[in-house]
Amino acid sequence: MSGKEIRTAAGVSNVSPLRGLLAGIFCVVLIGSAEVALCADNTFIILGAAVSLTGKYALNGANTKNGYDLAVRQINDRGGVKIGGTSYKFEISYYDDESTPARGTELVERLIQQDGVKFILGPYSSGLTKAILPIIERHKVPMVEANGAARELFTKGYRYIFAVLSTSDQYLIPAIDLAAEQADKLGKTPSEIRIAMVMENDPFAQDVRAGVLADARRHSMNCVIDDQLPPELNDMSVTLTKVKALKPDVLVVSGHEKGALTAVNQIEALRVDVPVIALTHCDSAQLAKRLPKASQHVLCAHQWHRSLKHKGDLFGSAEAFAQVFEKTYGYEAPYQAAQSAAAVYVFADAFTRAQSLDPEKVRDAISATDLPTFYGPIKFDETGKNIAKPMILTQIIDGEYVVVSPKKWATAKPVIPRPKH
Amino acid sequence: MVSNLLILHEAPVLGLQLAIDGLLIGAVFALAAYGMALVWGVANIINVAQGEFVMLGGLVAVYAAEQGAPVLLAVPLAALCLYVLGWILYYTIIVHLVGRDMFNSVLATFGIAIVLQQLMAHVFGGADRIAANGLGSWFLFDGLVAIGKMKVLVFAACIVLGVTLSVFLLRSRQGQAIRAVAQKPEAASVLGIDTKRVYGLTYAVNAAICGAAGALAATAYTIHPYGGLSYTIRSFMIVVVAGLGNLGGVIWAALSLGVAESFAGFIFGAQYQIAFVFTLLVAVLVFRNWRLKRQRRYLA
Amino acid sequence: MDETRALTLKRLLMIAGLLAVGGVAPLLFPAYQLQLTELLLFMVFALCWDLVGGQMGYNSFGNVLFVGLGMYAAAIVQVGLFYDVGLYNEARGGGTDFVFSESQFMTGLALGIPAAAIVAALAAWLLGSLVLTMRGHYFAICTLGLGIAAGQIAAGIPWLGAGSGMLTPNPPESLGHVSLLLYYLALGLAVLCTLTFAWLLSTRLGLTLNAIRDDEDKAEAMGIKTHAAKVTAWVVAAGFLGAAGALYGNMVRFIDPIQTAFAGATIGVWMILMALLGGKGTLLGPIVGAIVFQVTKELFWTYLLGWQRVALGLLIILVAVFFPSGIVGFVRERKRAEGKP
Repeated sequence: MSGKEIRTAAGVSNVSPLRGLLAGIFCVVLIGSAEVALCADNTFIILGAAVSLTGKYALNGANTKNGYDLAVRQINDRGGVKIGGTSYKFEISYYDDESTPARGTELVERLIQQDGVKFILGPYSSGLTKAILPIIERHKVPMVEANGAARELFTKGYRYIFAVLSTSDQYLIPAIDLAAEQADKLGKTPSEIRIAMVMENDPFAQDVRAGVLADARRHSMNCVIDDQLPPELNDMSVTLTKVKALKPDVLVVSGHEKGALTAVNQIEALRVDVPVIALTHCDSAQLAKRLPKASQHVLCAHQWHRSLKHKGDLFGSAEAFAQVFEKTYGYEAPYQAAQSAAAVYVFADAFTRAQSLDPEKVRDAISATDLPTFYGPIKFDETGKNIAKPMILTQIIDGEYVVVSPKKWATAKPVIPRPKH
Repeated sequence: MVSNLLILHEAPVLGLQLAIDGLLIGAVFALAAYGMALVWGVANIINVAQGEFVMLGGLVAVYAAEQGAPVLLAVPLAALCLYVLGWILYYTIIVHLVGRDMFNSVLATFGIAIVLQQLMAHVFGGADRIAANGLGSWFLFDGLVAIGKMKVLVFAACIVLGVTLSVFLLRSRQGQAIRAVAQKPEAASVLGIDTKRVYGLTYAVNAAICGAAGALAATAYTIHPYGGLSYTIRSFMIVVVAGLGNLGGVIWAALSLGVAESFAGFIFGAQYQIAFVFTLLVAVLVFRNWRLKRQRRYLA
Repeated sequence: MDETRALTLKRLLMIAGLLAVGGVAPLLFPAYQLQLTELLLFMVFALCWDLVGGQMGYNSFGNVLFVGLGMYAAAIVQVGLFYDVGLYNEARGGGTDFVFSESQFMTGLALGIPAAAIVAALAAWLLGSLVLTMRGHYFAICTLGLGIAAGQIAAGIPWLGAGSGMLTPNPPESLGHVSLLLYYLALGLAVLCTLTFAWLLSTRLGLTLNAIRDDEDKAEAMGIKTHAAKVTAWVVAAGFLGAAGALYGNMVRFIDPIQTAFAGATIGVWMILMALLGGKGTLLGPIVGAIVFQVTKELFWTYLLGWQRVALGLLIILVAVFFPSGIVGFVRERKRAEGKP
């Protein structure tokens, strides 16, 4: 049966049953979507997390989620967390913040107000963490985050944020210090060194830039290029042309994975010769694996590396974590995953010490954390940042990341200046 | 800004480098814009999924390159895949939209765009990718100007594609059919041209063009499943600024915009590169409209 | 007067009923306050787009320009009344250094929202003479360009926080949950907007706008002052967009220039979608479209995680293909077909 006919301005159309069916299905979905309460099983502790499953941070959102999930699985397999005789397992309630701050804000509000979650795991990126900060503070919900590094997160006197990672200003300072140290190899004194900065125009990279500027000032170095890339731009050729013209000694680039890939690719294509090149987000961009020739001798900032001798109770050594991760997910663990796992570990440790599910008590317990882990030592200062773990600088040599800084963990001397190709 | 101008003054060959890079930027957008102009002009459909087609072409090319295929093979491969996808999308969705209000196609193709985005992310993963090519570059002026061999290929490919399409439209039977339908669908239909098939062909050809553009872009720029929007917006703007129906103008506009963007980024700083592009486009429109207004006409 | 616009008793009762529901909803569902507020703001966005687009035929792709202008204007007023905006943004605002007392926060809001509306309306008035003389897709692209350029320029101004964005003032603890206050403000704005537009459209201006949409040249030839009408609609829509933007900024708290303020890729596109979904050129259309869009989006995002965009995209495609005049348009067509012999 073809259904009734309707005369419309556009002519005669058939009101097929299909239309009615679609409308009906829609209504059913609408009505049947009554609020579904989360598993109110009282042997579970629910951690809420709005991470970027879609959008421009989709890759690292996935890394973050995998890190969280792996840690939860490890903790649960060992029987979970014991509080007052009862064993509690962890469960994470996820939402997709689509890599936009507005969405993240909404979802964290929903997690807290609607889903009744009392403990939050952080999102990926400083921008998104910054957006949800006022909300967790207002609702007094402790958050342990692993992927928001900008210093501005810790300058506001907020009491409920705790970050396991080192702050973003520290990312490229080791590279500047290294350049100063090796200035004679470049034929200059430290204060004669000229720096070119190419940073994405977002909270994270701008803070990395602030760190570089501060350190450059300390060494009396000059910044000859200071370009801030719009986030949508995936072409650095214009800035790199400027670099070729001005011949700086150090080139630092920070623009998440896109920036790392674009920089390395276009530096090779344009044959930009700079003695010291330092980037962020090399390993999550898989630079050494995908572009081994082009990324040769590039310095990379890492929060963590599997070759470090960190050890902890939950996963054992850094290498052990890397192996478990690789076996579970089939790719090499970038540091974003490692620090995410560490964040969950912090919660587990805090619950055990607090022996309570009360957010205030847990918050105080987190604040008193002093925990050696596979990721590195974790100890928070009164603003919530981790002051016990330093940043690592590696150099890509023949497709491998070789730790070159800090000296006590370096496995080789850095090759400076970068030999011309 | 002044210091940047001084650099150009001291080393004018850098201007050559900027122009070359700008032509490359422009060439990719030119293709995407050309395809959009085609579909818009012929079928009155605005394809908001244009950028997603480009990204998909790029991802196919990256995937092929990672499997070891030579980059030059990846381009026709991507074009072919997108051509097939174009036909599929046409017969399932677009065919219903023909003849309707233009905004209907905006809505539907937006739906297609977000479906494609997430599907691409599921199939190819959410990472930024680039198709490394081992072709190297020519170096002039003591290494100051680098002309990537791939870039030359890309630019040449864009020109070739543009010319081929123009010839196709002018000379071949199907091309004539497309132009006939664009001018007067009813008359074309009366003369025995299957307008439905022509629209489908146009849409599929557009998809193929975008696929090729994406594959070409993937050699120089990063590709990301959610990165298509800037291509959509840019091609949309170029088509309108060049003037709907002015296919040759689209290519010229895109190329000159790319070069202008390159110089603007150098002189004003990268942070204003995109702001410059759009401000320029708005200014051009306003200026042209003002000129017409003096004759008591308007841009339409 | 067109009977679809007359204020019959039935309609008045419906409106009263809706208002009652709207007034009580956030109290019944406290957990959904933010989402409901967003829904109301989206309604305003969609209505404003439809006034200029659906009713007047000037499809703007850059209305987000006014949303962003309003957002920043309000934030600047809210902060600037008490602190130096440049310093506030350099220190990335908020926290214990920049504290706002109750009266400061409320004054800021009270002055900020109207300021947002005025700034947006003023911008619209200034731009109007440049932009409203273009037609069709030229107008669309010009506004699109303006929207994007504004976002890029805002991202380059350190005084506004540049790429790191700007935080709206933190409400003091003593005020409790400001989200309720924001909800009622949004409700008030949505009601005001609907009533204003309903009234506007029932006057001669409404007919003029439709005439412009149907055939501007003929309208001009008939002696109708089209330019004045166009500018009026444009300015009024901009004012409401600015005010809605101010509320949106306070709801989201962190104003990112490209992703939140001049968010062409999200709000900018969605307001058009919602109006189209519901039905262009009707007063009810954008409202219904906003509700359908927002509710489905939230449902999909919660229950279809990982495939939510695919689901939403498919839904949009289905609506576009099977309900070309939108939901309200479809319902009206059926009524008309059934009602008249």
